[in-house]
Amino acid sequence: MSELAETIALSRRTLLKASVLAGGGLMLTATIPGIAKAATGGRPATLNAFITIAPDGSITIVGKNPEIGQGIKTMLPMLVAEELDADWNRVAIVQGDSDARKYGPQLAGGSFATPMNWIPMRQVGAAGRAMLVAAAAKRWGVDPSTLTASKSVVTNPANGKTLTYGELATEAASSAVPDLGKVKLKDDKDFTIIGRKIGGIDSPKIVHGQPIFGLDTRLPGMVYAAYERSPVFGAKYVSANLAAAKAEPGIIDVFAIPGAGGHDELVDGIAVISKNWWLANKARSKLAVQWDNGEWGSHSTKGYDEQARAFMASGKPAESLNQKGDSAAAFASAAKVVDAQYHYPFLAHVPMEPMNCTAQWHSKTGTMELWAPSQTPNGGQTSVAKMLGVPEDKVVVHITRSGGGFGRRLINDFMHQAAAIAQKMPDTPVQLLWSREDDVRTDHYRPAGWHRLRAALDANGKITGFEDHFVTFDLSGGFNPAAMPKDQFPANFVPNLSYGQTKMKTAVPMGALRAPASNALAFAFQSFLDEVAHEAGTDLPTLLLSLVDGAEADPPQNGPFGKQAGFDPARMRAVIKKAVAMSDWGHASLPQGHALGFGYYYSHLGHFAEVAEVSVSKSGQVSVHNVWVAGDVGSHIINPFGALNQVQGAVIDGIGQALSLAIELDKGAVTNSNFHNYPVPRMPVIPAIHVEFVPSDNSPTGLGEPALPPVIPAVTNAVFAATGKRVRSLPMDRALLATA
Amino acid sequence: MVKLTINGETRSLDVPEDMPLLWALRDELGMVGTKFGCGMGLCGACTVHVDGVATRSCSAPVGTLAGKKISTIEHLGETPLGKALQKAWLDVDVMQCGYCQAGQLMTASALLAKNPNPSQAEVDSAMQGNICRCACYGRIREAIQMAAKEGATIHV
Repeated sequence: MSELAETIALSRRTLLKASVLAGGGLMLTATIPGIAKAATGGRPATLNAFITIAPDGSITIVGKNPEIGQGIKTMLPMLVAEELDADWNRVAIVQGDSDARKYGPQLAGGSFATPMNWIPMRQVGAAGRAMLVAAAAKRWGVDPSTLTASKSVVTNPANGKTLTYGELATEAASSAVPDLGKVKLKDDKDFTIIGRKIGGIDSPKIVHGQPIFGLDTRLPGMVYAAYERSPVFGAKYVSANLAAAKAEPGIIDVFAIPGAGGHDELVDGIAVISKNWWLANKARSKLAVQWDNGEWGSHSTKGYDEQARAFMASGKPAESLNQKGDSAAAFASAAKVVDAQYHYPFLAHVPMEPMNCTAQWHSKTGTMELWAPSQTPNGGQTSVAKMLGVPEDKVVVHITRSGGGFGRRLINDFMHQAAAIAQKMPDTPVQLLWSREDDVRTDHYRPAGWHRLRAALDANGKITGFEDHFVTFDLSGGFNPAAMPKDQFPANFVPNLSYGQTKMKTAVPMGALRAPASNALAFAFQSFLDEVAHEAGTDLPTLLLSLVDGAEADPPQNGPFGKQAGFDPARMRAVIKKAVAMSDWGHASLPQGHALGFGYYYSHLGHFAEVAEVSVSKSGQVSVHNVWVAGDVGSHIINPFGALNQVQGAVIDGIGQALSLAIELDKGAVTNSNFHNYPVPRMPVIPAIHVEFVPSDNSPTGLGEPALPPVIPAVTNAVFAATGKRVRSLPMDRALLATA
Repeated sequence: MVKLTINGETRSLDVPEDMPLLWALRDELGMVGTKFGCGMGLCGACTVHVDGVATRSCSAPVGTLAGKKISTIEHLGETPLGKALQKAWLDVDVMQCGYCQAGQLMTASALLAKNPNPSQAEVDSAMQGNICRCACYGRIREAIQMAAKEGATIHV
């Protein structure tokens, strides 16, 4: 991830290049130079968004980022088409291959795509429009500024004459190329595509079962691979009965592959190859593999929990994260101290399409060709090239649609496995597929975590001191999906503060799960602040508003995509007030046994306040009936269809985490295996979800993640309101909530 | 040799009788519209119709399917009900990633064929075996109800 962050620093200075297509028509290449370093290798990186207009008026726009269900393949081209004044009904979208030099960074992660592309993609479209209008002006001998364009037609209002984009495309290609930084963008009031409900561009194919996902890749002569690896993380391969597996029906080959580069890349394993994946997977049972588990075979979630609780009890974090004022003195003079321990478990991603990758090693050209459902295809291209010891341009990555991501496909271990297998079978295309059990047992998990939170209150219930002892894992090296920011709310809004952490040793692979860190920290901090509010005789929205009372916005900061808005309490206040109003908070007349809970969180540049209405059965089963969501993700909702779908999905995803999901380890291995013991939400449990967007004058930001974190504390706080029992450990323990 | 009747065509396959239908479809016949999700009949991504009944193809050995009529997502649009469901799915913009939707559509079409006007509870009960990890459940419900309304005017 740190590598990603480096590569997404885009310059706004953009150049255009136009060329005439063979057979007529226009191809517009937008080039944004000035990226300090390409994803790969230090050459200048360029971002090229392609607009192609054929003489018949059909327009093709390249979708550059991986589509994982977040709607980006539809949404980014909408931005281009808007400023191009294209007839959306004549627009086709094609997925670009992985090529960071041509397209700029291509990734699905961090809810980055919207803020990164809001202006550049529109500039590309506006430049195209200017060239088409200039071509029409030249033909008619008039000033371009007197002409209008709409739905792929240029009109001269003076005489009513029209020319279509198809008629103009070839001439437009020889028009002067505008400076992208200087092209005029539309006034918001003139938007006709941005803000429209537009269905997913690939959905018509999907409802007919047409091949579009990674796993749908079919190549002549293709074979299938299953990959047996140790269930104990950190274990090494010793031996296996390769011959026994090879003797099974339909097995073509069986061979061991030594690991390289750790669990993010390639771990030791055995490939079983067949003409049918089911046969390959079945033959794994004959391998009788011996693994050397080393020191890791004794690790368990129970053991981690015991260690963590001992650390929290000690009261002494191993390292400091943030100190302000004199926290000890605040606690010594407190009228009341609130002290609670929170815990959240490891979580898996379980996207519906299990990990897979199709690979072919072309021996004559020394090229590895991959078809990969990856969230980070550029990163995969780089690391596979490194693993194979070939130049990066000898690794070709076709980006397929992904059947869900949730952060799982940020890690390209499956790509490495496929490439390593294919290299051993020159010129034969191989499709590697994981079973669901492989997916559940060898994920890169959302890190478990423990927090001992303490608040000192004065006689008026005001917070005078705030402490967190965070117990986490030692995930040194690269992106840390557990990292707690030092200014974790309410750090900047309390007078005395002490945040510290203690790290435990582990070999469990960990990674980013949708709204990484936030999905965990929102639960711990917003649940604890609800406890504080209760002890102070108020409620959580009131406490939150009072904490930021009079506070001003942080200045804009340099983020991964240039200047981005700082935390703004005014936006926080607006969504909190909206959610309070929507849910009739404090005044709602609810059915017997129902109660409301509140949660607010700021992540991925989006502010979200959410209220959950729950009831708890005598057996301790929690039902969520309604969720009210108020969100501020900037000035525009680009595609309301996709936007609502993201919010609704995130809310249900969060409810699943609150109610039922945990990955457990014993003897160094995950004990969950499939959807029966990793029970993601199903249709009957979903609440009614009421969503309102609260617009602000900020540029639009991403929606894949920020709606998720606050729903978790909203649910746990509602359970407290309904039962008087605090939920301090996830998932909720029904036995603790049961009354009969 | 195993003989199967799939979407009205007879297909002969040289596979073991205990091979699940899913893998015969995907890896032997190249019919990849039917999706692999769990391999245990837990998620519904692989749902097909066997004699009109929604069936998890990952758990249906081909040896048990001789003489039965198998119908898959590739064939869904051939029926008026299937067409109505596909249209409703697009009108509602049901999907996010879309991977589970073939299975969702096959389960929904088996439901509506049997019960043209299901209540929400009946929809939930029929659909609860189909996981949508993106959680487009509200929209799946809505699309089924929309197709049911539409279906009142078509001959199933």
